[in-house]
Amino acid sequence: MSRVNRATASQSLSVSFAVGLYGIAFGAAGIAAGFSILQTCLLSLLTFSGASQFAVVGVMGAGGTALSGIATAALLGIRNTLYGLRMAPILKVQGWKKVIAAQITIDESTGVAIGQEDLGVDAMKDGFWLTGFGVYVLWNFFTLVGSLGAQAMGNPSAWGLDAAVPAAFLGLVWPRLLGKFERALAVTALVIAILLSPYIAAGLPIILTALLAVIFGWKERA
Amino acid sequence: MSAMWIGVIGASIALFILRYSGYLVPEKFLTNPRMLRINTLIPIALLSALVGVQTLTEKGKWIIDQRIAGVAVALIALSVKAPYFVVVISAAVTSAVLYRM
Repeated sequence: MSRVNRATASQSLSVSFAVGLYGIAFGAAGIAAGFSILQTCLLSLLTFSGASQFAVVGVMGAGGTALSGIATAALLGIRNTLYGLRMAPILKVQGWKKVIAAQITIDESTGVAIGQEDLGVDAMKDGFWLTGFGVYVLWNFFTLVGSLGAQAMGNPSAWGLDAAVPAAFLGLVWPRLLGKFERALAVTALVIAILLSPYIAAGLPIILTALLAVIFGWKERA
Repeated sequence: MSAMWIGVIGASIALFILRYSGYLVPEKFLTNPRMLRINTLIPIALLSALVGVQTLTEKGKWIIDQRIAGVAVALIALSVKAPYFVVVISAAVTSAVLYRM
């Protein structure tokens, strides 16, 4: 990682700040869902995948079992495997570096790396490491800030945290709704999950919608 | 060990396995176009389901309360391309104000 070009560095840092800041929302959501500060911070340090972390606290906070929380987080995390597949031939890491690279393989590090394609393989590597570490440090710092803040606030509803969590999910899904097909899937999943909620154990209505995604993807003729 | 701890540790292990396996599996694997498509659709379904359940249910019951107003405001914020932070905060403020009224 000798001499990082400025475009790559500034893109990596701005993405890191923008994303890291949302750690506040996660920290607050963890506390609101009944997790301790330590547990909330460990989710950011170890799980380190925004949507999956929100899923664990969201599902379990709503009364779901640990297993359904973990399953939802894992289903949301499958895309990280594909990012690893994409990054492995670029990073060419071995041993403990491979472990570290895997831990910081997220939407943002992969996205910035791919965005540097025109600037060459070195810029892609720099983009990956800078963004991965940048988001890691800031996301964890702001998780701590958010969880301490929420702990001090007390009743989550009085501060609107109960609406902040679904709004956070909405903000995560919104940029993915690129066409009619995606929107149809989103609305169907939303309605089915709500309708099933009173009848099956908490967490299961959400996991079942993954099946819906498989059916939609299978039937679509590309 | 409490359920919360199992959730924290289990999710962390699951995510690490998923990530690390991307670096072990040969690239040709998992690149079937249909699989790639399904992979982009799964987060859409799960996140949308989470929006619905977190907005309109509580402990397995349908409930309409201040949260739906908060999420509606978030939807408006998103449709005018507000930054993510504004989306989350506007939902929280709306819901908090209604809760305290």
